Amino acid sequence: MTALLSVQNLSVSFTTYGRRIEVLKSVSLDVPEGAQIALVGESGSGKSVTMKTIMGILPQPPAKIDGGAIFFDGRDLLTLPERERLKLRGTAMSMVFQDPMSSLNPVFTIYDQLGTILKYADRRLGRNRSGKERKARVLDVLAQVRMRDPERVAASFPIMLSGGMRQRVLIAMALLSEPRLLIADEPGTALDVTTQAQILKLLKDLVTEKGLALLMITHNLGVVRETSGYTYVMNKGEIVEHGPTAGIFEAPKEAYTRDLIAAVPRLTGRDQ
Amino acid sequence: MTAPVLELRDVVKTYALKGAFGRSAGEVRAVDGVSFAIQKGDVYGLAGESGSGKSTIARMIMGLTPPTSGDILIDGQSILGRQATLAHRQQVQMVFQNPGASLNPRRTVGQSIRVALDAHHYAGDRKARLAELLEMVQMPRHFADRYPHELSGGQKQRVAIARALAVEPRLLVLDEPTSALDVSVQARVIELLEGLIEQLGLTYLFISHDLSLMRNFAQDVGVLYLGKIVETDPVASVFADPRHDYTRLLLASVPVISAEEEALRPKIPLINGEIPTAEDLLALRTQAQTKEAQT
Repeated sequence: MTALLSVQNLSVSFTTYGRRIEVLKSVSLDVPEGAQIALVGESGSGKSVTMKTIMGILPQPPAKIDGGAIFFDGRDLLTLPERERLKLRGTAMSMVFQDPMSSLNPVFTIYDQLGTILKYADRRLGRNRSGKERKARVLDVLAQVRMRDPERVAASFPIMLSGGMRQRVLIAMALLSEPRLLIADEPGTALDVTTQAQILKLLKDLVTEKGLALLMITHNLGVVRETSGYTYVMNKGEIVEHGPTAGIFEAPKEAYTRDLIAAVPRLTGRDQ
Repeated sequence: MTAPVLELRDVVKTYALKGAFGRSAGEVRAVDGVSFAIQKGDVYGLAGESGSGKSTIARMIMGLTPPTSGDILIDGQSILGRQATLAHRQQVQMVFQNPGASLNPRRTVGQSIRVALDAHHYAGDRKARLAELLEMVQMPRHFADRYPHELSGGQKQRVAIARALAVEPRLLVLDEPTSALDVSVQARVIELLEGLIEQLGLTYLFISHDLSLMRNFAQDVGVLYLGKIVETDPVASVFADPRHDYTRLLLASVPVISAEEEALRPKIPLINGEIPTAEDLLALRTQAQTKEAQT
């Protein structure tokens, strides 16, 4: 079976002040249709660069893709013309960002922002939707992320919403154009634990309901275990280990993974 | 029995809400009757989410803002009326969450630490003291000439700890000291802090939202919710048998990495298929209690 998203031997380097640094060294990972996959690593491991390369938002220069391929639905994104790629970005594959405060524009209402995104997504895909239909779609998506009062939320400015609600808006934003793949970058890390638990559960419920593929990018091993069935562990630009999530936690093969797991403080305390 | 290093007695802090044209529009009770005590050599954990009042408590202990009522004692002596004096600073120091923001980017590590020594008119050999402080936080001596941007997050936090230790305080207020760090780095910083307790006779107030870390680092924990400590006990017993609904919700929300931990998490009833908020849970409890009272 071919995967929905398949990253193959991806190598990326950065050149700053004449020095070239290899940031990704032949990274390969697969996200099958409808699967929940985690990419976990500490800061500097290259997980964000991987994500940016997949989304096509890597600043080049200073970055340079040295080799490899990224197949989405059988097409290599790296050789796709920008016009074609625009049709995928934010539509077939979309992102849930980490920081709900900086990803929303403070001077526009939620409806203004979601409506505009939908309008341009429609335009790229050559779809027609009246203003009324657009409004209905935005309210529908807000209801899908379990907003108790979509009408009120749509009319609100970001500052009027709590952190948890803003994160829900970002999830709604990603769902607008019915994507097949969601890439979530540390969702909920900026939130309180109780709110984070709600957001993770919502994400999990939504991807199962809709049969979406989820690529969860995080540094938090707890989040990995709660949300994904298969895990890639990244360190210094390389995938050091991958396998079913349960197996990685119970019997990590690599020393790096073992150390990482050992460093996590346990709810049960040290003595056990 | 000796007096606890830090004691809070029924501390209240209210802030006035200003309405239109500066009219008073009621008040917020940010801290609502908080009491706890920390014995020498202990780590007391204050767990709470945003808005729980944990930062206000830290500010009051540091003498940055006076409590509206109640008393704060250090070694049995009230600090009220002598806030923010050198004598107070000599006893209590703080380590902040984000070392990137709490270190002056234009000062080298050595300069940053020397400022602390100067402020307290340190009389001894400053160079020797600097070397000693760096050694305490396990940093090579030549790091004294580096700027913060040349350091990693963990190294920056070590510098912040060294700076706080410069005046030989009795008590450190640690406000989320490792939440900006990677887990492996966090583990080493916590190890360092633990070693310093015995070495220097320190006592910590540890403020955090990370319950797993608290379980491993603190002896006692106070769970703060809307300015009140809803539960305080030795950390092991709170985690094994949480009594308050909010504590249960907090524990149930922690993402964990093993089946043993999962078994420890209390089961929280879902409301309409969703994890309830603390308000939902407490409302449910009140409903149940009124029902019980009626029958």
